[in-house]
Amino acid sequence: MSQLSERPVEAVVGLPLPHESAALHVTGEALYTDDLVVRTRDVLHAWPVQSPYAHARIVDLQVKPAYDVPGVVRVLTSDDVPGVNDAGVKHDEPLFPDAEVMFHGHAICWVLGETLEAARLGAEAVQVEYEPLPSLVSVREAIAAGNFQGTGRHLERGDVETALTTAAHVFQGEFEFAGQEHFYLETHVALALVDEGGQIFVQSSSQHPSETQEIVAHVLGVASHAVTVQCLRMGGGFGGKEMQPHGFAAIAALGATLTGRPVRLRLNRTQDVTMSGKRHGFHSQWRAGFDDDGRLVALEATLTADGGWSLDLSEPVLARAMCHIDNAYWIPNVRVDGRIAKTNKTSQTAFRGFGGPQGMLVIENVLGRCAPLLGYDAMELRRRNLYQPGHTTPYGQPVRHAERLEACWSEVVRGGEVERRQAEIEQFNAIHPNTKRGLAMTPVKFGISFNLTAFNQAGALVHVYKDGSVLINHGGTEMGQGLHTKMLQVAATTLGVPLERVRLAPTRTDKVPNTSATAASSGADLNGAAIKNACEQIRERLAQVAGSRLGLHAHDVRFADGMVRGLQGGSLSWDDVVLAAYFQRVQLWAAGFYRTEGLHWDANAMQGEPFKYFAYGVAAAEVEVDGFTGAYTLRRVDIVHDVGDSLSPLIDLGQIEGGFVQGTGWLTLEDLRWDESDGPHRGRLATQAASTYKLPSFSEMPQVFNVHLLDKAHEDGAVYGSKAVGEPPLMLAFSVREALRQAAAAFGPVGTSVDLPSPATPEAVYWALDEARSAAPVPSSFSLSGV
Amino acid sequence: MSTTIKVNGQDLPLGGASVHTTTLDWLRDRGLTGAKEGCAEGECGACSVLVARPGIDSPTEWTAINACLVPVAALDGQEIVTSEGLGTSSELHPVQRELAVRGGSQCGFCTPGFVCSMAAEYYRPTRTASAEEDCEHGPNGFDLHSLSGNLCRCTGYRPIRDAAYALGDPDGDDTFAARQSSPPPPPAPTRLTVNGAEFVRPEQLDDVLELIAECPEAKVVAGSTDTGVEVNLRGVRPSLVVAVDRLPELREFSIDDEQVRIGAALTLTEVERLLAGRVPLLEQLFPQFASRLIRNGATIGGNLGTGSPIGDTPPALLALDASLVLASRRGERTVALADYFTGYRETLKAPDELIRAVLIPLPLAPLTAFHKIAKRRFDDISSVAVGYALDVVDGVVREARIGLGGVAATPIRARATEQALVGRPWTERTVREAAAVMATEGTPLDDHRASASYRSAMLGQSLLRFHAQQLHVEGVSA
Repeated sequence: MSQLSERPVEAVVGLPLPHESAALHVTGEALYTDDLVVRTRDVLHAWPVQSPYAHARIVDLQVKPAYDVPGVVRVLTSDDVPGVNDAGVKHDEPLFPDAEVMFHGHAICWVLGETLEAARLGAEAVQVEYEPLPSLVSVREAIAAGNFQGTGRHLERGDVETALTTAAHVFQGEFEFAGQEHFYLETHVALALVDEGGQIFVQSSSQHPSETQEIVAHVLGVASHAVTVQCLRMGGGFGGKEMQPHGFAAIAALGATLTGRPVRLRLNRTQDVTMSGKRHGFHSQWRAGFDDDGRLVALEATLTADGGWSLDLSEPVLARAMCHIDNAYWIPNVRVDGRIAKTNKTSQTAFRGFGGPQGMLVIENVLGRCAPLLGYDAMELRRRNLYQPGHTTPYGQPVRHAERLEACWSEVVRGGEVERRQAEIEQFNAIHPNTKRGLAMTPVKFGISFNLTAFNQAGALVHVYKDGSVLINHGGTEMGQGLHTKMLQVAATTLGVPLERVRLAPTRTDKVPNTSATAASSGADLNGAAIKNACEQIRERLAQVAGSRLGLHAHDVRFADGMVRGLQGGSLSWDDVVLAAYFQRVQLWAAGFYRTEGLHWDANAMQGEPFKYFAYGVAAAEVEVDGFTGAYTLRRVDIVHDVGDSLSPLIDLGQIEGGFVQGTGWLTLEDLRWDESDGPHRGRLATQAASTYKLPSFSEMPQVFNVHLLDKAHEDGAVYGSKAVGEPPLMLAFSVREALRQAAAAFGPVGTSVDLPSPATPEAVYWALDEARSAAPVPSSFSLSGV
Repeated sequence: MSTTIKVNGQDLPLGGASVHTTTLDWLRDRGLTGAKEGCAEGECGACSVLVARPGIDSPTEWTAINACLVPVAALDGQEIVTSEGLGTSSELHPVQRELAVRGGSQCGFCTPGFVCSMAAEYYRPTRTASAEEDCEHGPNGFDLHSLSGNLCRCTGYRPIRDAAYALGDPDGDDTFAARQSSPPPPPAPTRLTVNGAEFVRPEQLDDVLELIAECPEAKVVAGSTDTGVEVNLRGVRPSLVVAVDRLPELREFSIDDEQVRIGAALTLTEVERLLAGRVPLLEQLFPQFASRLIRNGATIGGNLGTGSPIGDTPPALLALDASLVLASRRGERTVALADYFTGYRETLKAPDELIRAVLIPLPLAPLTAFHKIAKRRFDDISSVAVGYALDVVDGVVREARIGLGGVAATPIRARATEQALVGRPWTERTVREAAAVMATEGTPLDDHRASASYRSAMLGQSLLRFHAQQLHVEGVSA
């Protein structure tokens, strides 16, 4: 057991605590960025002028008429930018486009008004003359036009050509699948002001305050130390607030510096959906070879991410997709090419899983389609291809703890009574011509760490005050995932004080600098280790003080539950030791730091060990499909997931359930429809509101939902033996999609291979089952089989 | 004239609000920032608050509504409770406590809205513990549909459900429960004029008819569930808004041997409770109509007044052969609903007319059903909606009325299908032939909700499903 992962006996980590802000959430007392507006005087409100074209040249921009609208104070345009006119770090994303608009909804300029209504009317009065230009709206159009951006990648192991030539069975296909809108309940928002010290202070709903700070600084042409960004908490992030908040914060900050008044920029839902990036949709082409025992021998794939109008995070998203195309399966020969299409849409970005789900969807789709053609039950096909101990990934990383896949799998089979239910489903389907059920199991293996090694660092600041109370700050942000709850538990555990002695202050860039995004599921691993490091520095100093008082060596005292006890007897209260330390002029605060050891990654060769460890899980989902409509219900879900030794089991359970349902939404319900016609609204997102873009509601919740944490799952490489949990469970939702495929297939003859679009909406399922129903009793003709 | 609203027990002046200021913005401007804006169109429920409304089973019922849709002027003189008023972090309300300890909040942004919707169900006078638990009802009688208008993006809902199902009954000294035993504030006659725009709540029907005769551009609102969306998302700013939701003449309800008469300003929740299952076709419709939050505000007259081709009541009411009482200064007239819709969002209703009541003739046809095809089961807009009312005597279809929504510019009757059924035996063969006819009814379009071909397919499939369900009910094997 490593020093990092070792957990003391009376640990506060591991207790099933509710969210640290739960009581504030339920009473409405918890403050979010936009709740601060009413507490701030003389605030101006911002409203954008948005492009009605997917692609157009800006011929003329007249902002004067806006000033005729009562209450309009200022119109911000590219002429106002004193620094760099860019909302990102790649210099391909002008904050104010001054030559071309690149997508339908692109904001050209922003109007500031005394009221939101004045700003809105001011924006209506702004006159823009456009010259429409040809546009590429779908990934297929971009592929046909050869319109790509960023660096393409290639990942290879073994000899795919030979393996496919000699494989007993070879199949090929093409699969395009949709992205996903984050639909955090709190839309993008920033509130900026110039404070009494002349500093730019920005309250921002941001997963990455340090980068928000950098971009605000470069737009304003000032140094980073002149800008402080604070994030109280977010009303959901899911990756959508990793890169995307920066430009909005910069506009608010620019407005504040130019007018001398606080500026609030809060997008309404329509603006948020039409302006901010989403999960990347992908196009994939694949060939897969199997041997006679149903074992994968080779996979060849080309992945094309639909990046939208600028790069944003598309390159690392693509890299993670390529690194997860194996999901949990051993594939000896692999060749994957990846590229990023440039389309006239919002700039697609991070979303829980960060490309991982897209890569994994490709292989799960391959297995789901090929199983009937190979004559295998899909469950059996998946199980026999699982990684075993000793295997390595296509990019050369050993699959440590691969046996946990089998452990999760067999636990789900046992606890989920899978065999009994399979038999029941067979009986049910035999006597119900118009209703069919399906039960599918899918695994998850997800690499934990930022692919880019440099991001795997974190800082923390821990103060112990003379009265023994503790204040912690760290670089991570709270978006509902319970990070702050876990961090409080880590601090209380390391210092050996009761939880209520520790308070956590909001995330700010002037407390902990140069932080990484709270992303990649790594928030607790990185910041937890940094907090632990800071607390250990203080504890070691206090151990000296306590040891000398108890007449013991500092190594022989232990901190727990507000007491400092000698191993050979004797004890002092925490408060007494702290006060004594103060009078001995011992430093009672510390800055903590952590960097994940043992990572290396060659991004060009796509080889190395980018991940500290893998998170594992397995899900079984049972659905019932109505043959008249394609409508379905999710009858039961059983999950066993590996979170290591959980830091906070109630929080982790919430992440697993919530991630699963969010993944189910992506794969079944949530439907981004862009106008791909040549009509006047080409490039417009047709599903841009909650009334048209449907999230899972209560009716999509599994009727029976059993989630268990894998036992004996200590992780040596992470803080207190825990594992990251934010993203991996989302991908357990493949089980729902595959269950739908099987239920649709049950309407046809045995061996029917069902081509299921994603999202598998009721309409999509209807057409799939309708095709199965009318299929001849032989395998469908989509593949070239048995080369 | 009252110009205050009682919020969490405190009278707050309405001052500063414009005609179109939403209740949500008004509350937030007063520092009550618990209620949030998530969508501004009544879909997410983050803005849910409780309003003291006249009850059916008690003098007052705490009714959850979308504060983002209702202009604050419409609540003049009324009583509101927000999440802040239900409890504090040091003294949590039972609903708040259950949600907090069970992991019912993650990011917490939707939570105050869930708290209010859940509190309304907690205090519902007709909620009683029952052994009949199903996947939409808890052992404590909690109806999950009460949360159908609240979205959570974080939790996946399981802990919220568990919190709801763990709730007991209000304590004897619960002040919110006690409040339900005395009447709600009466509607306040309101006239608010700001920057040339006016909000008026007349005291009687004649005043309304007078107003709309004088100003045909007047926007008549009840629950504002449609107008609120227009205001919030499309920048519509009517210069005259006339509130009719509390007019006694529009809130009449009666049943006699000949007909059911439903006042146009009764909310769908009220209609559901007043009918109490006596019109089975509507009983099937109600839980599928938007969400409880919307049904608490939306009126049956409003759903017909918009003339929308995708409203959910018209297909059902067409099948029930309903008619409408239209009132104007010129008098009243009754028109068949089948004649009412004349074009896309156009109806027989003249600009100076108001829907006063909906009439459903009795006796009802014995075989009825309501089918709604949508992406999501709770709170979604129909791709296709079908209402059935059939009379089958001795195995022969004697009468058939089928109402369709979502397949034409207006709600329509499936006349060709009805003809293909009437006079023929109610058998699979007849139904198959009629289903083929039904799939050609209307002129469905492709849009983001569904393709035209799916809509057509769903018409035919719907009839097959209706027939199969009837067989199932009668215990005959399919």
